Amino acid sequence: MSRQIGEVILDLKQVSLSFGGVKALTDISFDVREHEIRAIIGPNGAGKSSMLNVINGVYRPQLGEIILRGQHFSKMNPYKAAKAGISRTFQNIALFKGMNVIDNLMTGRNLKIRSNLIQQAFWWGAARREELAHRAKVEEVIDFLEIQHIRKTPVGRLPYGLQKRVDLGRALAMEPSILLLDEPMAGMNVEEKQDMCRFILDVNDQFGTTIVLIEHDMAVVMDISDRVVVLDYGKKIGDGEPDAVRANPDVISAYLGASH
Amino acid sequence: MLYRENGQFKTSYAADQQIFPIAQDRWAIIGILVFAFVAVPLLVDEYLFRAILIPFLILSLAALGVNILVGYCGQITLGAGAFMAIGAYAAYNFHIRIEGMPLLVSLLLGGFTTAVVGIFFGIPSLRVRGLYLAVATLAAQFFTDWVFLRIPWFTDNSSSGSVSVSNLHVMGWQINNPVSKYLFCLGFLTIFALLAKNMTRSAIGRQWMAIRDMDVAAEVIGIRPLFAKLSAFAVSSFFIGTAGALWGFVHLASWEPAAFSVDRSFQLLFMVIIGGLGSIMGSFFGAAFIVILPIALNQILPVVGDLTGIEISTAGISHAELIIFGGLIVFFLIKEPHGIARLWSTGKEKLRLWPFPH
Ligand SMILES: Nc1ncnc2c1ncn2[C@@H]1O[C@H](COP(=O)(O)OP(=O)(O)OP(=O)(O)O)[C@@H](O)[C@H]1O
Ligand SMILES: [Mg+2]
Repeated sequence: MSRQIGEVILDLKQVSLSFGGVKALTDISFDVREHEIRAIIGPNGAGKSSMLNVINGVYRPQLGEIILRGQHFSKMNPYKAAKAGISRTFQNIALFKGMNVIDNLMTGRNLKIRSNLIQQAFWWGAARREELAHRAKVEEVIDFLEIQHIRKTPVGRLPYGLQKRVDLGRALAMEPSILLLDEPMAGMNVEEKQDMCRFILDVNDQFGTTIVLIEHDMAVVMDISDRVVVLDYGKKIGDGEPDAVRANPDVISAYLGASH
Repeated sequence: MLYRENGQFKTSYAADQQIFPIAQDRWAIIGILVFAFVAVPLLVDEYLFRAILIPFLILSLAALGVNILVGYCGQITLGAGAFMAIGAYAAYNFHIRIEGMPLLVSLLLGGFTTAVVGIFFGIPSLRVRGLYLAVATLAAQFFTDWVFLRIPWFTDNSSSGSVSVSNLHVMGWQINNPVSKYLFCLGFLTIFALLAKNMTRSAIGRQWMAIRDMDVAAEVIGIRPLFAKLSAFAVSSFFIGTAGALWGFVHLASWEPAAFSVDRSFQLLFMVIIGGLGSIMGSFFGAAFIVILPIALNQILPVVGDLTGIEISTAGISHAELIIFGGLIVFFLIKEPHGIARLWSTGKEKLRLWPFPH
């Protein structure tokens, strides 16, 4: 492998999040190292999605802190997270249904746009040049994900598996340094899962992107991740390399035992 | 020539990003523009200009504005009529208060003023949506009625807010007969439609659509809802305000606040629903439809009445108009939210494959 796992890039400290009376996360701490693939697993309702939502500021935890590249954020918000190079996909695909594949991916370039509204209205100078440059970049992502044949299709008309791929494409178009993936393979058939696995590994390998991945398929998780966090009822019950986690008795009883 | 894109291979992204990537469409639009600018003024009589063409052009411009906000950005407005009033009265004030103010500048300043007011009335969209937002924008209507009826300064101390303008000209060109008014409005609409098209195919347009389709995901990729929504309100209001200024100056020449009632707001909303939400072309279809329908019914229904022996009164005709609008809106909302524009593009899609549908 060409990638080299680096220092801690993202560090979560004692994060607690509750919705009214429901404690979604209780005192969770873990870190993510640069270039690694970090999995989060756990039974349904364990708080995995909430964890991702905390990382990129969609949810505000009541307690705890996020340290990103040494910078402390007690209040993260989605815009700051995006600026800091975090992008993500969603468990329930959240594509822009009325737009085609190219436009969905082009929205991922939004933060890199420098031209202003007036220039864009006149399709002038910087606006025109940017549109071309970003289109070229987006086409690279399209080639990478092998979705050339659907580039002009409105995403609402695509089958589920392809929508998931476009969702990944939009996140990749941001050229993120940290990519959060919420069950990217859920609901896919074996072949689609294999493709998705390959894309995730390629992203990690070729671009050095750090990946935080939620996945239910244990075989996949054990196969592709460097380290695994296990959540159960909002608490962390395991953390470490796949083999160690698999051997952890708490994990076996709480998670593996419960779902099999 | 058949409607085909065979053999028209795009070899660059620039070619693929043209407004009309298919050659036949480009020729068609050039043909329409030549027809509209050259042939129509030679062929059409005064009545048609005054009753149909000029209202169609100006309302298309306003519908474009409404479509940017409602169709592209997914917000709702019942304030379009009020914003037309603001555009008209603001342009009027710039025009009469500043000595030697060029007409074009007055009209555009009317648009800019409306944009500023539009941003203000767009602020509630950051917290509320749907019905609540509709009510908030409706407040604009009461606000403008009150301002233009009660504050005499805005209407040059005229009674009941009625004002008039005369002697319109642009760089020596007198805009005093139906043909010149038509060409003046057509010029405005052509340029504004091009600007709208450019915005909707650039980053700003994608921001609006992203907010419309999935606002959480939009935030996560770094789109700020505040900027996206308020810019949509600003641009939309700019278009609507400019249309209002044209309506007052060019179409009516003298007007009072009642010329921009809440009926106008609903009419514009119906135009974009019937014409096609989120489509530039749809704004034109909708405006054409709503301008022509009453006139067509006026012509057709009495004939139908004569043939069938049923007496149809004028009131009957205007009731028929409302019934047809109502029915169509329900039809389009349920069956085809993208309106006539979508029917049109489905038709073209079929034509591309014709005569072999598979
Ligand atoms: N927006 C919200 N409002 C209220 N409760 C929420 C919200 N989001 C999550 N929760 C609650 O927090 C808990 C954790 O939910 P979360 O979606 O993070 O679980 P998960 O591990 O992703 O589950 P799954 O495997 O089903 O996706 C659940 O009890 C859920 O009901
Ligand atoms: Mg989840």
